[in-house]
Amino acid sequence: MTQQFYVSPEQLMRDRADFARKGIGRGRSVIVLSCRDGIALVAENPSPSLHKLGEIYDRIAFAAVGKYNEFESLRQAGIRYADVRGYSYDREDVTARGLASVYAQSLGAVFTAESKPFEVELVVAEVGEQPATDHLYRLTFDGSIADEKGFVVMGGAAEAVVEVLRSSFSEDLDFPEAVRAAVHSLRQDGSTGAGPQLGPESLEVAVLDRDPEVARGTHRAFRRIGIPELETMLTSRESPV
Amino acid sequence: MPEEAAAAVARAASTSFSDHLGRHHPDLLASRSRVDFPAQGAGRALAPHATTIVSLTFAGGVLMAGDRRATMGNVIASRHIEKVFPADMFSVLGIAGTAGIALDLTRLFQVELEHYEKIEGTRMSLDGKANRLAAMVRQNLPMALQGLAVVPLFAGYDTSRHEGRLFSFDVTGGRYEEQEHHSVGSGSAFARGSLKKLWKPNLDEASAVQVAVEALYDAADDDSATGGPDVVRELWPVVYTVNSAGTRRIPDRELETTARNVIASRSIAGREA
Repeated sequence: MTQQFYVSPEQLMRDRADFARKGIGRGRSVIVLSCRDGIALVAENPSPSLHKLGEIYDRIAFAAVGKYNEFESLRQAGIRYADVRGYSYDREDVTARGLASVYAQSLGAVFTAESKPFEVELVVAEVGEQPATDHLYRLTFDGSIADEKGFVVMGGAAEAVVEVLRSSFSEDLDFPEAVRAAVHSLRQDGSTGAGPQLGPESLEVAVLDRDPEVARGTHRAFRRIGIPELETMLTSRESPV
Repeated sequence: MPEEAAAAVARAASTSFSDHLGRHHPDLLASRSRVDFPAQGAGRALAPHATTIVSLTFAGGVLMAGDRRATMGNVIASRHIEKVFPADMFSVLGIAGTAGIALDLTRLFQVELEHYEKIEGTRMSLDGKANRLAAMVRQNLPMALQGLAVVPLFAGYDTSRHEGRLFSFDVTGGRYEEQEHHSVGSGSAFARGSLKKLWKPNLDEASAVQVAVEALYDAADDDSATGGPDVVRELWPVVYTVNSAGTRRIPDRELETTARNVIASRSIAGREA
């Protein structure tokens, strides 16, 4: 039988938090911004099929950084939660707030009870009628939850990206402007990533349209931006699309 | 522990929403309710029944149309019911049989397809959708034996073969691919006779709508459980088309014109049929 050494709870939690933070910091940044046209989600991601951004429900999207297997299982669980809830009540009864609080409970339970915390950070984003009613919930590895306004940057050298983005961000941006601002700030993060040559093929971009019923005749606001469309978004500096 | 982790791989084979409900929320599945009616088929007079659905292929797509009537015995339970629904972007579903169970099946099937699409990041193949629907109809078999049967008709645009296809089902979960056109429900025999005479290869969309409205008119003419176009209340059939651009509901004003033309041409002809 092995004898366990005494470790104070403070020390234990600090060690776990450091461990999780290190894992998340190794990855590349993901940006979620709320703007005039809706919510734009921009990630540096060289893979076209292993997504960091995903659709959860009609007006709700998911963005994550950290370990793929961990956030992928959380994404799938989130879709199940939303679909069961929407099926048993009604589609409009599925809210980002509800999902975010379930995520917070699950992340918190794993952080305190399991041998290893989740090395992930998540954003649950819900697009509203106006930018003022958008919701961006940021969830960290220990289960803390924050209701952010404007934009969220997670993972990688997040502080450096926030600094750059703060100067160019405003609520009145349209999608091409918001995506350009996000990509510009990702390029400045100075970390190991693709750096200044961050092109469309190493980006993953998705949006939540503010009014999908009018724009595309569907209730599903989530839309991935393919490489051709992203190219025009990134190059149309003077003439908005 | 490694065996358990490996077993998770096998479990991940199904990303089905209805399987998930069956495992974790069985009370939400209509097919799991157990009812014991005194006699077989006694459920038939209890709940509204949805009636005739017709479907036909046309150049570059497929169309589905349903009348607006639900009956309960000899009473008209609803004049407004809609029985044709978009299942996802490239398929539609029409239902005949016990309305309550059929509407629930439709809702479950719509979530099933969307759920798969979100989890997998890709759309299910058209054959995959038809197989899933067949499995869901089979789960309702105990209820069907009590007289609460649901028989859907499924049509979609096959994005790999670039053509419209249509599938019929039986209560045991049999899945049959139909050629050219098909109809289900109480008025289906009369509608089929009409379709046989009116359908031609490579119809355009407008003529396909016209054929569907006429077939439903003929079904309503001979089947009391099928509703014809209602000019008093201005109720027209529900018609959806699916082609490479996706599903589209034909707007009521187009259907009004078509239905009024059918009535007018038959009034002018002034014949028995």
